[in-house]
Amino acid sequence: MFGTIDAAVRKEPGLKSGREPDLEPCRPKNREPSRVTDRAQGREPSRLRIAALGSILPVLTLGAWQIAGDLGWISTLLFPTPFTIAETFARLVATGEMWTHLGISFTRAALGFLLGGGLGLFLGLIVGLFRRAERSLDPTIQMIRMIPHLAVAPLFVLWFGIGEESKVLLIAKGAFFPLYINTFLGIRNADNKLFEVARVLGFSRAKQVMRLVIPSAMPNILLGVRLSLGVAWLGLVVAELIASTSGIGYMMSDARQFNKTPVVFVGIILFALVGVLVDLFVRLLERRLLHWREGYKG
Amino acid sequence: MRVSLNQPEHLDIRHVSKTFVTQKGSVHALEDVNLRVRAGEFITLIGPSGCGKSTLLKIVAGLDDSHEGEVLLEGRRVTGPGIDKGFVFQEPRLFPWLTVERNIAADLSLNDPEVRRRVDELIGLVRLQGFAKAYPRELSGGMAQRVAIARALLRSPKVLLLDEPFGALDAFTRAHMQEVLLDVWQTNRTTMLFVTHDIDEAVFLANRIVIMRPRPGSIRGVIVNDLPYPRKKASSAFQEMRFRVLSEFEKPEEPVAADWAGL
Repeated sequence: MFGTIDAAVRKEPGLKSGREPDLEPCRPKNREPSRVTDRAQGREPSRLRIAALGSILPVLTLGAWQIAGDLGWISTLLFPTPFTIAETFARLVATGEMWTHLGISFTRAALGFLLGGGLGLFLGLIVGLFRRAERSLDPTIQMIRMIPHLAVAPLFVLWFGIGEESKVLLIAKGAFFPLYINTFLGIRNADNKLFEVARVLGFSRAKQVMRLVIPSAMPNILLGVRLSLGVAWLGLVVAELIASTSGIGYMMSDARQFNKTPVVFVGIILFALVGVLVDLFVRLLERRLLHWREGYKG
Repeated sequence: MRVSLNQPEHLDIRHVSKTFVTQKGSVHALEDVNLRVRAGEFITLIGPSGCGKSTLLKIVAGLDDSHEGEVLLEGRRVTGPGIDKGFVFQEPRLFPWLTVERNIAADLSLNDPEVRRRVDELIGLVRLQGFAKAYPRELSGGMAQRVAIARALLRSPKVLLLDEPFGALDAFTRAHMQEVLLDVWQTNRTTMLFVTHDIDEAVFLANRIVIMRPRPGSIRGVIVNDLPYPRKKASSAFQEMRFRVLSEFEKPEEPVAADWAGL
């Protein structure tokens, strides 16, 4: 019996290839036969092509910007040309000024993320797993969540001074909530049917958490990590604008006061670049931890 | 496989009744169900939907704790789910983040040489060689259900409870799965309690066919099926047995019978 079904399954690709000759008569009519076969085999376009497609708009914009600046159509004080920005960028790298600021900013964001995100993950797990914890903790956490950064920033400075603590804590406050909420949601979304399986198989409470709850919450937890990292990086600006003498945020606000617009642009580019890199890191993490999932790839 | 009559009762279902209370009122799902199963028997529970056969299976599994009567497994009262009662659900219910072998091991570690050996053995028994490292999404419905059966067997349950396990499969896969299950049964001699609504399936698999009726769910009759294995579905003896089961359903009994005849 097994053999016959196996054979039936194996026949399927054969059936498909059997249909192929039907395509043959169409081919001469088509001007681009190679594209037809590419589609038929479901092959993806080359990486180079994807990159080229994605860079059309930025390249055109930069070109237009440079030309408009050179011809004096736009104020180079407000919109320094891409070339000037690149020059400034190179200078900041060469003097080492950029690395100092970037290093400080990165450390602040990382510490804030580890502190806030770690606490968010931990409390999300506790509140997700235990009803009693949910009832006693969640309302308070939800209240704190709605208080804006800028409202508590002055208080943080009063309490913790203008040193590193207030900045790291402000970032941590932001990074806490996405991880907390998504961890909680992920746990509560776990399939009840799988819990029944765990009961039938006699899972211990610990195994139930390790083998069922956490893996099934993992997609949400990683979404939380991604959002928390983003919030930590964005919270950095607020933190560094309050009162600081270092970091990218400081570099930018300092430059703004002295009308060094190119430096402001360099700061913006840096924020964007680090953001993309951080996001790439989380995506790699997702690919490693969630490879069991079959997602829609567009 | 013959089951000798002097074997002790393995599973004893005594006066089990169950009423579901909903907002609209109460539904009498089971009323005074009694069934004694000997070790190594293959029992199929058959009946129309709503006859409480799945409910009965859940009670035996210990997944339901608000019923009357009691279930004894080897003389001990069933009070909750446990590894002595294997359960195969209608859907495979595999952990999507675990490979086939890890799904079978579930909470046990594959680093344990004994677990490793048993898992490999079961993968062979349910004919999944070469798929040990596959993820559930890569499996067909029949393959996934075979993983679920292997998972339930790993802990050497005293009884394997199967709740319409092949209901969602196509006819060919289904026939194949029935053969795999008989193979497992003949190798392990595990007691089987198998819920189905397919008469062919019931006749093909069971030593004894328990026929249930709905509203309230109860046992209508038990047919001893002593056809020798392997059974041939096209044989006249098989068809005869099939007719016996069918006629049991068609016996005029109560007006209730007409109610679900069209289902």
